[in-house]
Amino acid sequence: MLGVLAVVGLLVFGLASKGSSGLAVGDPVPTAPLPRLEGGGSESLAHYRGRWVLVNFWASWCPPCKAESPALEAFQRRHGGPGFTVLGIDSRDLSDDGRAFVRKYGLSYPQLRDADGDVSHDYGTTGLPESYLIDPQGKVRLHAVGTVDEEYLRSEVEPLLSGGKD
Amino acid sequence: MTGRVLAIAALTFALLAPAAGAAERASLTEIEKQVMCPVCGTLLQLAESPQAQRERVFINRLIDEGKSEEEVKDALVAEYGDEVLALPPDSGFSLSAYLVPIVAFLIAAAALAVGVLRWRRAGGGDGKGGPAARAAGPSDEDAERLDADIARYDL
Repeated sequence: MLGVLAVVGLLVFGLASKGSSGLAVGDPVPTAPLPRLEGGGSESLAHYRGRWVLVNFWASWCPPCKAESPALEAFQRRHGGPGFTVLGIDSRDLSDDGRAFVRKYGLSYPQLRDADGDVSHDYGTTGLPESYLIDPQGKVRLHAVGTVDEEYLRSEVEPLLSGGKD
Repeated sequence: MTGRVLAIAALTFALLAPAAGAAERASLTEIEKQVMCPVCGTLLQLAESPQAQRERVFINRLIDEGKSEEEVKDALVAEYGDEVLALPPDSGFSLSAYLVPIVAFLIAAAALAVGVLRWRRAGGGDGKGGPAARAAGPSDEDAERLDADIARYDL
């Protein structure tokens, strides 16, 4: 009887831990701390409460991530400040490769590291890149699967930041 | 004589030293069988994704630096977490992956042993059904019924 209970318990645990369906628009975002890609220490999305944050999951080995980086950097330079930031999360990547990527593409926005992909899993990402716009209350407002470009940032993200679209 | 002994010792050392070094040298082929491609969810040995290629480059770099197999695996864990190991580590919660099957087997074996003992005890206690009862022959009631049937059918 004890053995059966143990096996059932493990099955339930397995299903519960693997059965995450991901974040939907309106859901609060996980706030588990992640190590910074550079400079040491860790940070969580809770640090950004009160600001709009465009969370971008990427990896150095992902070609579409390279393609979208210039648009994200340009958007950060235009809108980054006390009310908004892009926040990169380098997922399942070698740290040296990630740092080299940041240098190569001149990314100025903060970067965290999701070494084992646990946070990507909590968000429910299905691939890379993926981006989530988080509002100042810490809730998901937009979710983009795949590459974001200047057009998407201008037409979907910018209006929310300026309060012109709800 | 001393010169000859020294020459033999030097020759033996020269022959054995490279072999010992070669035995300790880590191999990409061996490590690939023991670690995962975290993005693909398969053994690195079977993975061909861009991430897997970067992982191989990383492993080769560490091998070239003279790192042992364990050191390479430790470095991979530092980069990707425990999930990069094909077999979970034998410590912490991961230890349950090894202990649960053993404990489950022991519990099942104990339950089977208790069941068999109870069955045998029950069979021997009431004089019916168990192997001990069968070895002792039919009960008085059965013997009387058998005699009556034999008489009735004139066998």
